[in-house]
Amino acid sequence: MTKEELITKLKTIVQPYIQDEEAFKNLSENTDFINDLKINSANLVDVILDVEDEFDIRIENDDMEKMTSVKAAMDIVNEKLAAT
Amino acid sequence: MKNRVVITGLGVVAPNGVDIDAFTQAIKRGESGITFHQNLKDLNFSCCIGGIPQISEEKKLEYLTPLQLRGFNSSGILYGCIAGMDAWKSAGFDINSESDLDYDSGTIFGTGTSGVEKFREAIYKLDDNQVKRLGSTVVVQTMASGISAFLGGILGLGNQVTTNSSACSTGTEAILMGYERIKNGQAKRMLVGSCSDDGPYIWGGFDAMRVMTYKHNESPEHGSRPMSASASGFVPGSGAGALVLESLESAIARNATIYAEVLGGNINSGGQRDGGTMTAPNADAVKRCIVDAIENSNVLAEDIDVINGHLTATSKDSLEIENWTKALNRKGENFPYINSLKSMVGHCLAAAGSIESVATVLQIKEQFVFPNMNCNNVHPDILEFISEEKIVKKALNIPINIAVKASFGFGDVNGCIIFKRYI
Repeated sequence: MTKEELITKLKTIVQPYIQDEEAFKNLSENTDFINDLKINSANLVDVILDVEDEFDIRIENDDMEKMTSVKAAMDIVNEKLAAT
Repeated sequence: MKNRVVITGLGVVAPNGVDIDAFTQAIKRGESGITFHQNLKDLNFSCCIGGIPQISEEKKLEYLTPLQLRGFNSSGILYGCIAGMDAWKSAGFDINSESDLDYDSGTIFGTGTSGVEKFREAIYKLDDNQVKRLGSTVVVQTMASGISAFLGGILGLGNQVTTNSSACSTGTEAILMGYERIKNGQAKRMLVGSCSDDGPYIWGGFDAMRVMTYKHNESPEHGSRPMSASASGFVPGSGAGALVLESLESAIARNATIYAEVLGGNINSGGQRDGGTMTAPNADAVKRCIVDAIENSNVLAEDIDVINGHLTATSKDSLEIENWTKALNRKGENFPYINSLKSMVGHCLAAAGSIESVATVLQIKEQFVFPNMNCNNVHPDILEFISEEKIVKKALNIPINIAVKASFGFGDVNGCIIFKRYI
């Protein structure tokens, strides 16, 4: 999966939870889920569950804590996919 | 100086009508909201009929955002949000997620239990060792105060935001709690009401207690028969009722429509003593509740035009009528008109008191008395106390000045409200 494909998938996943349309439109590797997209912190766990479902992976507590940006999500997904 | 308290907004989600206009038409015509439910039959329920409000997916999106509806599975919260938001709008307020926080407005919105379907979903996942897969939506939909938390956020309420619970008197109690808060000057406006989930997981326990009728699965609309000789148990219902209570001063200052005034009321308990039990009322406490409500409202028993009873269509209906006659010291032809909304919508449990109060206020606002259906054969014990003509079988168009609503609940708890026409 290319970097662009991964970003596109993540963009679709976070869409229901975002509260800043402008930041969402300009979503890039550097976008932060809470500070930029204004995703409610309680919804981060839902984003993570949706990422698990999309990529058929399981994300553990340590990784969940880190997963607050597009970049972090990409790293974790790539790492998990490489391990399977 | 205590504040006078008036009603400036109404909302309802009932099995026979999902907004105030539809509900008003339905209760004038005596339309039933009771239908047969195959899922109850498939689950071996004795009673396979019930009252469930009909709400389309489009309608849900008029009230809740796609994000709020993601993983949403709590019918009571849905009903409560619709009724509460409609009441707020009918009081003349905009609903806007960017609105200023209003410290003068709060909500007391009751329920019996919240999100039983959501809780069931969660339990299946938990027992499958998937606690991490619950997501963020389980707590807010299954906490008892889920409904007041949803409404508080949607409306930006900054006064008290809470949920009360007192079984079948929940809705009536919520109104009186909000009334007290405004009367005492602690709030200008309180959105009050209650909601109840529908379906087998909320109704099953009652089916097991054999308090629901099993004789009308073939004729659902005739199943709920308050005061009838052939009453054979209640029919379960669901939904929500909501009222905006406001100080008279604030209502006048805003030039708001006033539906009626809350003159007062009373809440008490029979303490499960002297004949009262977990499930049966202490008759002395019921009578005292009514007497104290009248006294608290500074009216006379003779002034009461119409009673909206608790009257569930169980064997307790006759006792309730006896209690009313003794509390009011009025009987026979001198008894006020009486009806039970449950004949059309069933027993909406925690939502009953608020939906029935909305119906009571509509009677005052529009000057009519809705018919008590399915009572062509009045129970003979009831006729020992009141004349048959006092049981309203066809809608009446008569002047209504003072109307009473009472609710009695498991735990031997009672609530009684006195409403008055405001002109």
